[in-house]
Amino acid sequence: MSENAPLLEVEHLTMRFGGLVAIGDLSFTARRDEITAIIGPNGAGKTTVFNCLTGFYKPTSGRLTLHHPSGHNFLLERMDGFRIPRQAGVARTFQNIRLFAGMTVLENLVVAQHNILQHASVFSIAGLLGLPRYRHAEAAAVERAKYWLDRVGLTAQADSPAGSLPYGDQRRLEIARAMCIDPTLLCLDEPAAGLNPTESGQLNQLLLSIRAEHKIGVLLIEHDMSVVMNVSDHIVVLDYGRKISDGAPEAVRNDPMVIRAYLGEEETDTLPPEVARDVGMSTAPPPSAGA
Amino acid sequence: MAVLASAERARIDLPAIVRKAGFTALITFLLAFPLVGLQTLDQGANALGIRTRFDWVAYAVIVAFLGRLGVAYWSALRASRPSTRGPGSLTRMATAVSRHSMLIGGIGFVFAATFPLMPFSDSYIVDLGTNVLIYVMLGWGLNVVVGLAGLLDLGYVAFYAVGAYSFGLFAQWFGLSFWEALPISGALAAAFGIILGFPVLRLRGDYLAIVTLGFGEIIRIILINWSDVTNGPNGINGIPRPTLFGMPFLNPDAAPEGVVTVSQFLGIQFDALQRVIFLYYVILALALLTNAFTQRLRKLPIGRAWEALREDEIACRALGLNPRNIKLSAFAIGAMLGGFAGSFFATRLSFISPESFTFLESAIVLAIVVLGGMGSQLGVVLAALVLVMLNEFGRWFAGIPLLEDVGRFRMLIFGMAMIAIMIWRPRGLLSHREPSLRLHGKSAVKQKAAA
Repeated sequence: MSENAPLLEVEHLTMRFGGLVAIGDLSFTARRDEITAIIGPNGAGKTTVFNCLTGFYKPTSGRLTLHHPSGHNFLLERMDGFRIPRQAGVARTFQNIRLFAGMTVLENLVVAQHNILQHASVFSIAGLLGLPRYRHAEAAAVERAKYWLDRVGLTAQADSPAGSLPYGDQRRLEIARAMCIDPTLLCLDEPAAGLNPTESGQLNQLLLSIRAEHKIGVLLIEHDMSVVMNVSDHIVVLDYGRKISDGAPEAVRNDPMVIRAYLGEEETDTLPPEVARDVGMSTAPPPSAGA
Repeated sequence: MAVLASAERARIDLPAIVRKAGFTALITFLLAFPLVGLQTLDQGANALGIRTRFDWVAYAVIVAFLGRLGVAYWSALRASRPSTRGPGSLTRMATAVSRHSMLIGGIGFVFAATFPLMPFSDSYIVDLGTNVLIYVMLGWGLNVVVGLAGLLDLGYVAFYAVGAYSFGLFAQWFGLSFWEALPISGALAAAFGIILGFPVLRLRGDYLAIVTLGFGEIIRIILINWSDVTNGPNGINGIPRPTLFGMPFLNPDAAPEGVVTVSQFLGIQFDALQRVIFLYYVILALALLTNAFTQRLRKLPIGRAWEALREDEIACRALGLNPRNIKLSAFAIGAMLGGFAGSFFATRLSFISPESFTFLESAIVLAIVVLGGMGSQLGVVLAALVLVMLNEFGRWFAGIPLLEDVGRFRMLIFGMAMIAIMIWRPRGLLSHREPSLRLHGKSAVKQKAAA
């Protein structure tokens, strides 16, 4: 597979809730070894895209193709929710953190490797008997968990309940947990929300190193522009469920459509003729205050 | 100091407390007036009279008022003072118990294993021990569903009934012995667990509880009404007693020709107590097996998946865990353990009828799990012990006022204990979660605590 091969192809994705069009005819491509950011104002449909990708919603129409490195192509819109992470390797985190709060940090990371371990435990029988096959698998799972604990700097807290960690640590733990399923595509829903500048700087480093060392695609929803502009290779901008811009960070930053979506329409000098007639004013431009 | 104390008292909103107490007294009055204040009297010849007991109502109202006043004042006093102590004494006790659980469990095991052989043990006491162990086993089985997987099951008695009836029916039709029927009853109960599990996959919390409650009643009503198979309300009689390697516990004179009884084989005098003690050891072995099995499962991927499902089902799906299989396995394994216990119940009494499998049994087992502490094995033992003991107070303290009546009010006492637990320790008396695996080992925790 070539270096720049598309990993995820979203084609004509549409999601309607009754009369509300949450996503309308959205198409974009995310590549391997790239961080693709999806940005847009509140309510633009960013999280809905994630929910369609990870099987929490069934799209109204459209096609979501994941080109797995193994050569398989998965049509995500046709798969059961839990098979998407298991087979296609799409991992995600949540806007409002969803850790297993009562379980320890280490257990959170081991649960993420459930499918491998369950397979090794042969319907729990090998596990009950303590056969070497299972013990090796469990040791490997703990090793992988340890690796990610080191990466996110939570090794010391490994045996504390996940719910007792500070907010920023919980965010990083959720990313580590998603990475423990060995994903091909990592979807992060506002990972920098609620982080202070130091913590979001650490997050940037983590994302860049994941991209550099693990050769996976990352999809990122984020409002924090310092994160988006620093780490993204490619930005997709949504507004009211439609794509208004798509390209490299520099191009998107200067796109007038994007500026208009974020900052609003610049004030026009003249009123539309019918409005002007209604208010009974002349078509002469009103005195503008420094427009 | 005096200034500080008066300032503290000033923060307690006395009128609000009195209002609360007055409201409680009002509710007590509304309830007690018809229920306590008016007593119907049978005057013979189809005549019904009414006797009034308004003095009782007055007592009830005064007690409720003062009680609520006291509780509210006490809690306001506590809230007004900043807490200087760390975790409460109950929490510290639970932590201490769980830290020494190996020791306490070991002592408990040695006691349980030797106590039928003690000089003070007669058939009544050993029978009581058997009763406790049945509830302990049921509690440990239900703990898989409620404590680990977090699925509130109010119909657990259904699986107990399936186990008992499958042994009873297999014995009646095919002449299977207890040991032959035991795995079959477990498997059948597990199958019923899956049958219940499928329709309730999407439900949780209150809705799940209602459906499981209904399932328990369905099973009981089928047992009553399907007379051709289950013999209806009359139940099944003459279920075989368990044997020791095929040898029955019978009086050699009463044993059929050519059958070697246990007492003959061992060359000892026959005593009816021998069978009671044997039954006790059977249920002890079953209960210990249940404990070992569930504790081991908890440390396996399936056990961790159950707990993860209890914590967050959506996160489970996002990590590729199949919620359907995980829920069904929890239902099936919990049901299987209940089925084993039911099968033992049938062989112990040698008679079963639908009356033994009412909703009350489910409620008692659930209460044992909740009171003892969800996920706490020792807590279940403690709660089962207390429940069965309370039942026996009437016998032990016959003639002593108040104590004599405790048995009659045991459900009331249990209910009050539940309320107290829900207020002070909502996760149960001895709840304390031990991680299923550690990175740093237990010694690190102790060092941290010491530092």
